[in-house]
Amino acid sequence: MHKLKAITALGASEPKVSTIGDMTLTEVTDRALASLSMRLGQDTKFIKRAKDTLGIELPDSGSANLGSPYSAFWIGPDSWMIDASYASHHAIAADLKSAMQDTASVVEQTDGWCRFDVTGNSACDLFERLCNVDIRTMQAQKATRCAIHHIGCYLWCIEAGTRFAVLGPRSSAGSLYHALEEAAQSIGAR
Amino acid sequence: MSGQINRLNSGLVDHGQSLNFTFDGKSYQGLAGDTLASALLANGVRLMGRSFKYHRPRGVLTAGSEEPNALVELRQGGRQEPNTRATVAELYDGLEAQSQNRWPSLQRDLMAVNDLFSNFLTAGFYYKTFMWPKAFWETLYEPIIRRAAGLGSVSGEDDPDVYDKGFLHCDLLVIGAGPAGLSAALTAGRAGARVILADEDFALGGRLNSESFAISDMAGSAWAAQTVAELTSMDNVRLLPRTTVVGAFDHGIYGAVERIADHKPQPGTAEPRQIFWRIYSKRAVLCAGATERPIAFPNNDRPGIMMAGAVRSYANRWAATPHERVAVFTNNDDGHRTATDLIAKGVQVAAVIDTRADAPAIDGTECFAGAQVIDSKGRLGLETVTIRTAQGFTSEIICGALAVSGGWNPNVHLTCHQRGRPQWNEALAAFVPGESLPIGLSVAGAAAGALSTHGAMETGAARAVEALADLGIQATPGDLPQAEDAPVNLQPFWYVKDGKGRAWIDQQNDVTVKDVKLAHQENFVSVEHLKRYTTLGMATDQGKTSNMGGLAVMAEMTGKSIPETGTTIFRPPYTPVAMGTLAGRAVGKQFHPTRKTPSHKWATEQGAVFTEVGDWLRAQWYPRKGETHWRQSVDREVLATRNSVGVCDVTTLGKIDVQGADAAEFLNKIYANGFAKLPVGKVRYGLMLREDGIAYDDGTAARFAEDHFVVTTTTANAVLVYRQMEFARQCLWPDLDVQLISTTEAWAQYAVAGPNSRRLLQKIVDAEFDISNDAFPFMACGEITVCGGCRARLFRISFSGELAYEIAVPTRYGDALIRALMEAGEEFDVTPYGTEALGVMRIEKGHATGNEINGTTTALNLGLGRMVSKKKDCIGNTLSERGGLNEPDALRLVGLKPVNATQTVTAGGHLMNKDGPVDAAHDQGYVTSAAYSPNLGSSIGLGFLKNGADRIGEVIRLVNPLEGSETEVEVVSAHFVDPEGERLRA
Repeated sequence: MHKLKAITALGASEPKVSTIGDMTLTEVTDRALASLSMRLGQDTKFIKRAKDTLGIELPDSGSANLGSPYSAFWIGPDSWMIDASYASHHAIAADLKSAMQDTASVVEQTDGWCRFDVTGNSACDLFERLCNVDIRTMQAQKATRCAIHHIGCYLWCIEAGTRFAVLGPRSSAGSLYHALEEAAQSIGAR
Repeated sequence: MSGQINRLNSGLVDHGQSLNFTFDGKSYQGLAGDTLASALLANGVRLMGRSFKYHRPRGVLTAGSEEPNALVELRQGGRQEPNTRATVAELYDGLEAQSQNRWPSLQRDLMAVNDLFSNFLTAGFYYKTFMWPKAFWETLYEPIIRRAAGLGSVSGEDDPDVYDKGFLHCDLLVIGAGPAGLSAALTAGRAGARVILADEDFALGGRLNSESFAISDMAGSAWAAQTVAELTSMDNVRLLPRTTVVGAFDHGIYGAVERIADHKPQPGTAEPRQIFWRIYSKRAVLCAGATERPIAFPNNDRPGIMMAGAVRSYANRWAATPHERVAVFTNNDDGHRTATDLIAKGVQVAAVIDTRADAPAIDGTECFAGAQVIDSKGRLGLETVTIRTAQGFTSEIICGALAVSGGWNPNVHLTCHQRGRPQWNEALAAFVPGESLPIGLSVAGAAAGALSTHGAMETGAARAVEALADLGIQATPGDLPQAEDAPVNLQPFWYVKDGKGRAWIDQQNDVTVKDVKLAHQENFVSVEHLKRYTTLGMATDQGKTSNMGGLAVMAEMTGKSIPETGTTIFRPPYTPVAMGTLAGRAVGKQFHPTRKTPSHKWATEQGAVFTEVGDWLRAQWYPRKGETHWRQSVDREVLATRNSVGVCDVTTLGKIDVQGADAAEFLNKIYANGFAKLPVGKVRYGLMLREDGIAYDDGTAARFAEDHFVVTTTTANAVLVYRQMEFARQCLWPDLDVQLISTTEAWAQYAVAGPNSRRLLQKIVDAEFDISNDAFPFMACGEITVCGGCRARLFRISFSGELAYEIAVPTRYGDALIRALMEAGEEFDVTPYGTEALGVMRIEKGHATGNEINGTTTALNLGLGRMVSKKKDCIGNTLSERGGLNEPDALRLVGLKPVNATQTVTAGGHLMNKDGPVDAAHDQGYVTSAAYSPNLGSSIGLGFLKNGADRIGEVIRLVNPLEGSETEVEVVSAHFVDPEGERLRA
């Protein structure tokens, strides 16, 4: 174990959890991320190895697939973000690269992103104030790119209507959280 | 109900709930359900404002958002809101309203002296009167005019309220909740479609709430309430009362302002005052109704002269009448409805003056068929009107209010927001929506020219069925209830030609019939010119009650028909939108998001001064106790770094991960210089060109494997370079096996620079990694571990010109790493340095940044011409060879030092020969960067100088003609420090 102590994207030693009205905003710090991109012409091998390695099908565009230990959501043509527990998969990029070999490019993304989980019955009201996603029809295991407070984010629906994950660039965690918090307060005021 | 002398019975107001309010400091009482206008009328107040130019007394004209006259200031302090239409200001207990545009009081406004000079203040008088002397315009005339003009005022305090923005989605957006809108929403809602029904009123129902006729066996308002109740019970229908759809934009997107808290003294805690919604609709039906138009006649602007439909609304909905004795002036049957309803309410109707010779008789009052109103009297409110009968006799009628109806104009505004043009309907004598509508929009009800209640309900349902059929949703119009279906019976009549006095067309802008005629006389015959010359149709109401009158007069002047005369362009917003609403949450520090570096928390603890670099906040310098000037801090940081070791957070530089079998070939095409042969474990400086051959960005590429590079970019161009590379990957060379992704945020990266940098790093880099000069030479890179096993990347690169490294760890450890570096570096007096010291050291070393790679310079200008490899192709290679970019005396990057060391080199100044004129023709170049070098004890600069490479040692002048300064400077090498590069290779 090395000597450097991690801090969260919001700059604290512990993740922030806030309850505003019926909404809970949770800073999530225990997930590891890596991008997985198919190499040119490797379709067959890539798909087989990905299935063998991840244990899940790689989702289509706009979708996610929740699994254990790996989950995935689509981020671009032939590209996915792979998610796993940080405690058990902090070396997620190296692990995936080792398994995928030359069929894929793998890049560590764990600390590129901050993640806030938004749960509560007013979650749709909240996201209506923040992004142009048709949130009320967004089904579980759908994921999409969107802008929140001018910040490019991924919005991942975990449970339709009540639980969403927002992944934004880590450096903007404070601004992103502020936007979520203000929207939650605004919703709570009605 | 004390004081409510003009309050009638029944209506849709709550007679059991009184509300207190003030107008110009005087206390009144109104009822729940009132608007400010209806409450004032109920209290016998007809005078509500002063006109824009002549300060003439004005009262409320309408009962809706088209109101031109009754503009007031609401609230006080930071919440003071000017130009609020009293007709849509929902009354609440404690409301404070002030009249505006008057001094010292509404009753006695001294600025009304303007009215005496009205002969001089006609249309275009500014342009004619204030031509001479020319210099007086900016210094005298304009300031005086600006002080005199204008309507309301603001307090100048910050608005304490918050405004939200939001996004809604639906199958069908129904704009307007009158009979057509309710019918459309009901049809679509019952079919299961996702429906949004928006209406600017706080009570849904539109004219159903203002009319007395029944729908089936119930009052129109009761049917509306019943329908709203059914719609409210549907999960698939969203009702948005108090919401004005203000614009129709591309792709079925509509802008709408929802007023959440305008009807309260102040918003609740955290509650937004308003929300600006962007509504993404698959289809939309415009059911915006129609606006009644006046008939202009001499002195038609006295308080008490109102639209007939509005008088009917006040009586039926708000149980208020402007006066106990009302006359009606009309050219159509609808005016007669007002008379009938007022009589039924017990209001005395003095007469109906109908311009039609065949006007029908009316029970309960006299109807003057073929007559006209030719004048009015009453200083602060109407007292009498003078009429000329069909037989030519004149007669005076005592009345305190005159209800005027010139017919109804369909509200076509949103149909024209994408350049559609309305078309003329002869039967209605009005414009109706044209054939070119915004895609996905259809129109129903009065907005489409279906002016009867039955017609509105029928077309509303029909348009909804058609719209949903397009979406594959089957809907059937329910059985329509029995409703009024009277034909439009109207004889166009625009203005009275008899009589003396000014006949007002646009009451908000004080434009008269005579002004329109004058504009024509002076050859402003296009309607667009007419609008701008006379100001007709401008300001907060955008001419909703006046445009047609102006067109009619202009048509008469030109001898053309009204449709031939045409209309001006309707543009969003439909009604005024507050700037705060458009800004939403993006105000103050939240104007844009902030990006914080991994060392931000630690830097804050050190008292760092931050600067904005795009969205990034970067430490600019770290002041220490006793330092009173930023230069002291910066000089100390520079000297400490060059003499021992300094640390700077460079995380903001863009980092792009490039992988794939063809990664090297890809970079060879992206960069001007070669990368194919870069060994694994090495870094190379690279220069990118634009396609036109101009330098684009510079940075480094580190090769971690045969198929894996990490590219760095400048902070400013991180996104742009990534986008450019992604474009090249996808569109230019899709056959290359390359994958890209940004990793800027994923790694915390610090520059560790100075002669002791290696010794410092050796204390934290784990022992198994040899970073000696032999094992890890200049431009080496590698994956290592630090502090007992933390994964890291190490690059031996230098921006400062010193022995230097950049070390990166996963971002979550960035805070801990800076603390570890500081602790380990104590024995070397390690110093954190900010962007200012970074800048000083790069200027001392002659390294280019955005100041030099400024969008106009080439590799040749930068002294990097030989980097553009001719052995391979790359973006910009061919066009960099253009003759114009390769002149013999082309600009070259040079260093500049003042001849007199006490003088200063300033960036932005231009370079001139030592002797000769100072003008553009003799310009020799310009200074791009300047700093004080504590190492040289002098101001220094970088700049581009013609043929600069051959002019080292020459003394030239640095001039600033704007401020009249001249400094003699010596041309020197751009590398002020360690020109041989010995330090960085040490």
